[in-house]
Amino acid sequence: MNDAQALAKESWDIVIAGGGNAALCAAIEAAEAGAKVLILEGAPKAYRGGNSRHTRNFRCMHHGALGPLVESYDEQEFWADLLRVTKGETDEDLARHTIRTSAECLPWMQAHGVRFQPSLAGTLSLDRTNAFFLGGGKALVNAYYLTAEDLGVRVLYDAQVTHVAMEGRRATHVEATIGDTPLRFATRAVILASGGFQSDIDWLARAWGPSARNFLIRGTPYNRGVVLKDMLDQGAQSVGDPTQCHAVAIDGRAPKFDGGIATRLDCVPFSVVVNRDGERFYDEGEDTWPKRYAIWGRLVAAQPDQVGFSIIDSRSIDLFMPSVYPPITADTLEELAERMELPADRLIATIEAFNAACRPGEFHPQDLDGLATEGLEPPKTNWARPITEPPFYGYILRPGVTFTYLGLKVDRTARAAGPDGPYDNIWSAGEMMAGSILGQGYLAGFGMTIGTVFGRIAGQEAAAHVA
Amino acid sequence: MLLDISLQTDPGTISDDPVMEARRQIEICNACRYCEGFCSVFPAITRDKVFADGDITQLANLCHNCRGCYYACQYTAPHEFDLNLPRALATARVESWERLAWPQAPARLFQRHATPVALMLVVSLALLFWLISALPGGGDGFYAWLSHGAMVAIFTPAFLLPLVSIGVSLRRYWVETGGGAVTGKAMAQAIRDAGRLRNLSGGQGQGCNFEKAERFSDARRHAHQAVMYGFLLCFAATASGTVLHYVFDAPAPYGFWSMPKLLGVPGGLLLVAGCAFMLVLRRKADPALGAPGRSGGESAFIWLLGLTGLTGLILYALRGSDATGIALAIHLGTVLALFLLLPFSKMAHGFYRFAALVRDAGDR
Ligand SMILES: Cc1cc2nc3c(=O)[nH]c(=O)nc-3n(C[C@H](O)[C@H](O)[C@H](O)COP(=O)(O)OP(=O)(O)OC[C@H]3O[C@@H](n4cnc5c(N)ncnc54)[C@H](O)[C@@H]3O)c2cc1C
Ligand code: SF4
Ligand code: SF4
Repeated sequence: MNDAQALAKESWDIVIAGGGNAALCAAIEAAEAGAKVLILEGAPKAYRGGNSRHTRNFRCMHHGALGPLVESYDEQEFWADLLRVTKGETDEDLARHTIRTSAECLPWMQAHGVRFQPSLAGTLSLDRTNAFFLGGGKALVNAYYLTAEDLGVRVLYDAQVTHVAMEGRRATHVEATIGDTPLRFATRAVILASGGFQSDIDWLARAWGPSARNFLIRGTPYNRGVVLKDMLDQGAQSVGDPTQCHAVAIDGRAPKFDGGIATRLDCVPFSVVVNRDGERFYDEGEDTWPKRYAIWGRLVAAQPDQVGFSIIDSRSIDLFMPSVYPPITADTLEELAERMELPADRLIATIEAFNAACRPGEFHPQDLDGLATEGLEPPKTNWARPITEPPFYGYILRPGVTFTYLGLKVDRTARAAGPDGPYDNIWSAGEMMAGSILGQGYLAGFGMTIGTVFGRIAGQEAAAHVA
Repeated sequence: MLLDISLQTDPGTISDDPVMEARRQIEICNACRYCEGFCSVFPAITRDKVFADGDITQLANLCHNCRGCYYACQYTAPHEFDLNLPRALATARVESWERLAWPQAPARLFQRHATPVALMLVVSLALLFWLISALPGGGDGFYAWLSHGAMVAIFTPAFLLPLVSIGVSLRRYWVETGGGAVTGKAMAQAIRDAGRLRNLSGGQGQGCNFEKAERFSDARRHAHQAVMYGFLLCFAATASGTVLHYVFDAPAPYGFWSMPKLLGVPGGLLLVAGCAFMLVLRRKADPALGAPGRSGGESAFIWLLGLTGLTGLILYALRGSDATGIALAIHLGTVLALFLLLPFSKMAHGFYRFAALVRDAGDR
C-alpha cells in the first residue's frame, strides 16, 4: 500500500484542496490549533504552490514602518485604491476586513518562515504599499510547506480533487485522483483553496469566446477550476463575473503556461503598436506602463488573432528593461515587417503616417512629456517621437491571463454557502473566493493579501469546528 | 554608447557553452529579479541590461554557490527555462579559472581530477623524504633534520612561483572583467564581505541552502570560516616564524607561548575541523547544483588542505621524538604540494573571489 492509500484509510479533521498560499495559511493555522490536516495538492511537487509561486509581494496596511515597508498606508487609502480599481465591484465589509487584517499578517508570515526584502530594483513606487518576498513566491511557498510539515500536516502531491461529497449542508468526504488512483478521504471539514479556472482553456473559451484559445496563461497549468465547477454544479453560491478574466499584455513568445513575471514587456509607451494588419488601434502613450499594462491585455485580446506588434527604433532600445525575449531586429521597416509576418506596405504606411504626425518637442522618457501626435487617429499622447533610426526592433504582444473572477461566495468567516445558506463545514480561501472582494480590475499584491487573510481565517474556523 | 542588444540570447535556447548558458539564465533573472536580496550577484545583474563575456566572468566569480536562488526559483526544471543559476555560474566560474590560469594545462588537470592531486602529494612527499635523508641537518628542533638553508631554498621558489602565476591570472581577470583602479574603500568593503562571508548569509543571516535543500543553514558558512581562518592563522604562524628568525634572530624551535605556536596550533585545529566538516557537508549537498565534473579535484584539494593542518599538528605533537624526521618530511611534503597547486586547484578560488568582491564593491 502506498502513502496515498494509507492516508486515505485515515479519517481527517480537515482536508484542504489546493497547495498554494491560501491552502498553506489555512493548513498552518489549523494545525497550530491542533487539527489533523491533509493537503491535497493537484500539482506534482516540482510545481507545487499554484500561482502563489509566481508572486513577488503582498499589499499590507500599516501605520509607521513595518518590516520592509516604509511610512504608512492606512485603511482609508487602501480602500480608496481598491475602490478605484474595482470601480465599486467589491463587498465593502469583506474588503475592509481584509484590509484591516492585512496589518497583522506580515508579522504572522515572518513568524512562519516568510522573509521579506526591500522593494526590487525598478519598483520603488511600491515600497510603501507592497512587501516583497525574499526569493519571491516560491520561497514563500517552500517556507510554508516546511512549517506545515513541521507541524504534522500531511501533503499529497499530484492529488487532483475531483469531488466534494455532501449530505445536505455537510461535506462528508473528498474524492481525489492521486497519480492515477481514485481515492476517498473522509473528513470532518473541508477547505477549498484550489484557485480559479483559467488553465482550462475550453472553459475559458466558453466564457470569453473562442479568441481565448490564443491567450497565454501566466501562471500554473493546474488551476483548471475542477473543484470550483464541482461546487457550482452542486449549487454552491458564486460571485464574480463568470465571463471575465484578468489579462495583461505580455511577450507573445512566452510559454503557454507558467511564463510568470519574466515574460512582461515594457516597450509599449515608446513604441507604435500595430495589429496583424499593420494598423494602430490605441494610444500607446496614454499613461506610464505600470498604469496601462493591464488594459493592453484586453486591447490585444480584441485584435484579430489576439496579437499585437510593438515597434521601436534604435533611439528607444535603451529606455526600458529589455524583454527576456530578444527583439526581432532589422535595418529597414520592410525587412522588419517580413520577419514579423506583417504586410510591409501597411506597416510602412502606418509608421509614415505616425512619423508625419509627430511634433517637435522635448522627449522625457520618465515623465508624461505631453509630446503628442497631431491629427492622427488614434493619437499617441505622450512620447510620440518619429520611428526613423535603424536598426528597427519589434516585440510581439499577447494577452496573458492572470486569474479568473468567478468564485465561491463566502462570508466574513470564509465559510462557503450552498443553495440553502452557509455550509456546515466547508470554507474557501484565496483566488477561489477572491471575486467577492476583487470583482473587477486588480490591485498589485492584493491576491496574496486575500489569500493570507482568508486562508488563516478558514484554518482557524475549520479547526474550531472540529475541536 | 548604444545598448548592444545583439548580445541578448533566446531564453529557450539552452547552450552547452558555459558562458552562453550563464548569460541566458542571467537574462531571465534580470527580467525576474525575485532573488535580489540573497546575495551581491543579483544587484550586480540589475545594473546591466545586456552582458558581455567579461560581465559573465565577474558575476560567476561573485557567486558563492549558496543555492538560495535555486530553491526559490519559479523556473527550475521541468519548466522549459530550466533555471539552475548556481550550477550555471559554477560552470562558468570553474571554466574561467581554467581559462585564466597560467599555464592552463595544470589547472585543467588538477581542478578536475583527484588522482593528479594525490600524485602531486606523493611526489612532494618523496622529494622531502629524499632531501631529509640526503642533506645534512643543521640546528635545533626540526632543523636537525633539514637545515634552515635547505628549507628556504625549497620553499622560497615553491611559494613565489605559484604567487607569480596567480598574479598573472588575476591581472587577466581584471582585464577581462574591465575592472578599473582599485579604491581603498572597495578594498575595505571586500575584506568585510569576505571576512564575514556575507554572500553565504542568505542576505539576512539565515544562511545558505547547501546541504539541507530548501531549509537554510549556517553550517557551510561555519565550515568555510573555520577553513579560511584556520588557514590564515597557519599562514600567519609561518610568517611570524620568519619574522622571528630574520628580524629577532630567534630561530625555531619555539615554545608553546610563542607567536608561531599560539597562531599555528589553533589554526591547525580549525583547519582540520573545517576541512572535515566541509567534506561531510559536501556529501549531503546536491551535486546537480555545483560545477559538473569538478567534484573529484575539489574534494582532493580539501583533503590536501586538511592534511596540511593535521600533519603540522602531528609534527608539533611528536617534537623531540625519533619520529620527528618522518613527521617533518610528511608535513613539508604536504605543504609543498599545497603551494605548488595554489594556482591550479580550488585554492585559486579565494583569489578570484576576492577580486570579484573588490570589483563589485567598486561598482556599487
Ligand atoms: C505571474 C503571476 C504573478 C502574480 N504576482 C502576484 C503578486 O506579486 N502579488 C499578489 O498578491 N498576487 C499575485 N498574483 C496573483 C496571485 O498569484 C494569486 O492571487 C494567489 O496566488 C492566489 O493564491 P491561491 O492559494 O488562492 O491560489 P494558487 O496559489 O493558484 O493555488 C491553487 C492551488 O490549487 C491547486 N489545485 C488546483 N486544482 C486542484 C484540484 N482539482 N485538486 C487539488 N489541487 C488543485 C493548484 O495546484 C495550486 O496549488 C500573481 C499571479 C500570477 C499568475
Ligand atoms: S533564480 Fe529564478 S526566481 Fe531567482 S531571480 Fe532568477 S529567475 Fe527569478
Ligand atoms: S547561488 Fe547564492 S550566491 Fe550564487 S547567485 Fe544564487 S543566491 Fe547568489
